[in-house]
Amino acid sequence: MTVGAGTFSGTPVRRVEDPDLLRGAGTFVDNLKIDGMLSLAFVRSPIAHAAIRSVDVTAAREMPGVVGVYSAADLDLPDAPALMALHPAAIRPSLAKGTVNFVGDPVVAVAAETRAAAMDAAELVEIDYEPLGVVVDMEEALDPGSPAQFESLGGNVVIGLRTGSEDPLAGADVVVRGRFENQRVAVVPMEGSAIVVDPTGTDFDLTVHLSCQMPHVARSALAKLLGMDPKRVRVIAPHVGGAFGAKHLSAEGVVASKLALELGRPVKWVETRSENLVAMAHGRGQVQYVELGLRRDGTFVGMRCRMIGDAGGYGGFGGILVLGQTKLMAQGVYHIPAIAFDVAIVTTNTTPMGAYRGAGRPEAAAFVERIVDMAADELGMDPVELRRKNFIRPDEFPLTTVMGADYDSGDYGAALDEVLRLADYDALRREQDERRRRGDRMQLGIGVSTYVEVTGGGAEFSEVEVHEDGTITVKAGTSAHGQGHATAFSQIAADQFGVPIEQIRYVQSDTALVARGRGTGGSRSVQLGGTAVLQTSKLVVERAKELVAELLETAPEDVVVTGDGRLGVAGVPSKALAWGEVARVAAERGAPLLVQHDTERAGSTYPFGAHVAVVEVDMETGRVVPIRHVAVDDCGVIVNPMLVDGQVHGGLASGISQALWEQFLYDDDGNPITSTLAEYAMPSAAELPSFVTAHTETPSPLNDLGAKGIGESATVGSTPAVQNAVVDALSHLGVRHIDMPCTPERVWRAIAAAQAGTLPDPWREPRSEMAGFPREGAAGEELERGAESVNL
Amino acid sequence: MIPAAFEYARAESTEEAIALLVEHGDEAKLIAGGHSLLPLMKLRLATPAVLVDIGRVPGLSYIEERGDEIAIGALARHHDLETSAVLKEQVPLLAATAHQVGDPQVRHRGTLGGTLAHGDPASDLPAAVLALGGTLVAQGPNGRREISALEFFRGFLETALGADEVLVEVRVPKAAGAGWSFQKFNRRAQDWAIVGVAAVVNGTTGVALVNMGSTPLRATAVEEAVRSGASVVDAAAAASHGTDPPSDANASSEYRRHLATVLVRRALEEASS
Repeated sequence: MTVGAGTFSGTPVRRVEDPDLLRGAGTFVDNLKIDGMLSLAFVRSPIAHAAIRSVDVTAAREMPGVVGVYSAADLDLPDAPALMALHPAAIRPSLAKGTVNFVGDPVVAVAAETRAAAMDAAELVEIDYEPLGVVVDMEEALDPGSPAQFESLGGNVVIGLRTGSEDPLAGADVVVRGRFENQRVAVVPMEGSAIVVDPTGTDFDLTVHLSCQMPHVARSALAKLLGMDPKRVRVIAPHVGGAFGAKHLSAEGVVASKLALELGRPVKWVETRSENLVAMAHGRGQVQYVELGLRRDGTFVGMRCRMIGDAGGYGGFGGILVLGQTKLMAQGVYHIPAIAFDVAIVTTNTTPMGAYRGAGRPEAAAFVERIVDMAADELGMDPVELRRKNFIRPDEFPLTTVMGADYDSGDYGAALDEVLRLADYDALRREQDERRRRGDRMQLGIGVSTYVEVTGGGAEFSEVEVHEDGTITVKAGTSAHGQGHATAFSQIAADQFGVPIEQIRYVQSDTALVARGRGTGGSRSVQLGGTAVLQTSKLVVERAKELVAELLETAPEDVVVTGDGRLGVAGVPSKALAWGEVARVAAERGAPLLVQHDTERAGSTYPFGAHVAVVEVDMETGRVVPIRHVAVDDCGVIVNPMLVDGQVHGGLASGISQALWEQFLYDDDGNPITSTLAEYAMPSAAELPSFVTAHTETPSPLNDLGAKGIGESATVGSTPAVQNAVVDALSHLGVRHIDMPCTPERVWRAIAAAQAGTLPDPWREPRSEMAGFPREGAAGEELERGAESVNL
Repeated sequence: MIPAAFEYARAESTEEAIALLVEHGDEAKLIAGGHSLLPLMKLRLATPAVLVDIGRVPGLSYIEERGDEIAIGALARHHDLETSAVLKEQVPLLAATAHQVGDPQVRHRGTLGGTLAHGDPASDLPAAVLALGGTLVAQGPNGRREISALEFFRGFLETALGADEVLVEVRVPKAAGAGWSFQKFNRRAQDWAIVGVAAVVNGTTGVALVNMGSTPLRATAVEEAVRSGASVVDAAAAASHGTDPPSDANASSEYRRHLATVLVRRALEEASS
């Protein structure tokens, strides 16, 4: 195959990863078998909040195959790793110490020769609990008298802060108000958490096979927690069955590592599905009180937000996202001259919160797009018209928002135009009118969202080497776990070297093979890792051109990549050297064609888009059926449109699912009641409509590829479109808002209330405690900066 | 994820299964397709000491015409039911209901006898057999006995089967040309029904409810209303009479009562059309 420079980028090259995955040659952690390896099982708290009175492991220790049974008292364990601590007082131990704070809190670890033996022994551990008061509801947690997890916090409020404009609604003709629940969801990757820790290798003191997103970050964290030299620790992220923001070194992973060191044997821990639903961090979980002030003509005047973020047990770091990305993106795609943003972050006796696909940005888009729809309804304007009226215009970029976000580029109207065209919006409205006029049982709802989110930011590492056989090894510090970096990054490199993609060998996800890296999260990989590969490849090509110029006795600027695997003199086809030959000469001269390179730190990019969701609502039962979803997502310049569509499809499934199906629920005592996939409503393909996806391409000026993230965008954009569609289907009845997930019962109740004339007010004042929080000061600003650095 | 330890015995015949049940008493549990029992065992909510596997007992997977009835071996799988030409012709309600159970994996493993013997009020097929007025055949140490479907479901996951009995056959009246409907309301295709309704109109009207109480239920109030000449809407209004629907994460009991009314009306309309 003859290729020319620039052949691959922008084309739907098939995934080079798939043959292994399709043939069952995956390297998932649980596939790994090492001689002498032990299995771990955890005994977890069945009670949401309790003091641990006593732990009796006698019977468990005596079980056949058991090597050891350990509580926190038996091991000198470091605390659980946190990507960021919310408060110095809110610290989670790796095994519960003194109290348990949520159902699923690990209390005892059992190490045994087999997994079955570990699980059987775990059943025999007897723990005496003294139940303590429980708080499940994040708003009740604002009450200073609610049962606290950390005495020194004097309650459950970890952070309480008032920020922004003091009087944002001044001058408004109309104010629309809504209280919105952005419900807690579980992450549910196909593969749960998994780790194998091997202390028996010779090259490293500890080799860790960890299903994770950021092997280098995990290595640093583990080495620090265990007091080891990071150079003596190797972390490998093999095939990873989905992560979605939640896969990092976990408390259980720390216990596994500690035990491997103590026992001198390899230790495996693979989470069961039942464990995964309570032990892996949950996501979202905000209650949002939003007031939008407008002039009669629809111009936004200001917005007041009072937000509560649920951090869950121990103050999971995901609690900070309300003050991080949700706050940063509160302005959305609009001009909103003044914004007040008050925040309460609370602990509750529930699974600790972490990051989940979008991590704070979906929560922002959800409330912004909901309140805009409510405003359109209030003013009697079409929601599309109201959005257009307030858009930030293309000629205003780059632009710093009142929330302090540096929007790099955008053309929000172009994405909206395209999605309306693809959806045939006017025809949909006509169809809706018809159905309303006829009084059809199945009413039509049309939901629009226009969103912007934030991705990437920072630097990334790459290494590129040309070998004497002509193959090229490309490495990057990002760590794919389904995204297809091996394909996309090979495309980028192959274009620079003018070689077939098969000639590229892509290496990632192993701290012993890749010198450094930040991993994958926050939709950062192509824009940072891909750019690093591009820049590093160019540096190698540059060095090669100098060498070739010397060998062929011409000037370096006359040397070109020929596109058939060689470097030659421009206009003289006979004068050319193959890449392997150049590499051989370079090696002979003691300067192999190998470059390690870190990109300069880049600012975050701001992908955006517009979605139209179409739903049918059964007016008798309240059942919502999504029948169409049109997504126009702008992630800047696209390297591989097929990979982008894959990300969009998955993102849409997640986002639609939050609007309609998923919610992790507890009873009043903190018992999870959606703790299996029979109750937790993960959808399948059967529930989802066909997707129509398209893209506008507005380059980012912040990286050489012009790329922005796409891993989470469709999640951000789809949820509000679907929720808006459900409310829209019932708007002629006077329904103004339905919380997510829009379950059949909720929708039925809204219809019934509308028919009975008893629709509830979508607004109420938040709890009075929020008014007493301090205004943003030095401490607050520091917290915010920290929050913005957490971008998963 | 991993069940507690248990003994496993594979029965080669119904008689051998019964002997094993007699031998192990309360300790033993029959297993066929395993799609109700194994999840409970994996969660360690069920910890039988002995599993008696009847899954390979020969001669219990038939679906055949027998006089005015269709006789179905207890080991016939849901997939057998949904694809059976005889059933589609003679008792389409049963074939259509089987088609809506779980997902393809469940339908290829789960058995008709298993779902009836488990007696889960949220399962689909028990309601269909109830609506059809089926007969269940149990075999024990003293031979076979017939139990009317109306008498079979006694309480939550409790049936008329004795501890030493094996359900061997299910018979339902032929109903070719009869009106029928199965209405299943759920949030996801593979879910149990939040509420379901099976109806058959064949001279008389049989209506049964899924997930409206502690057992699969016959909607007797609806049937009486139809018998006394009530309109479909009026009969459906009695759908939740005598029921005690649960409240759970999917639906409150109030909403289930409402759904029952809507779904019974739709079922009667479809079965009568």
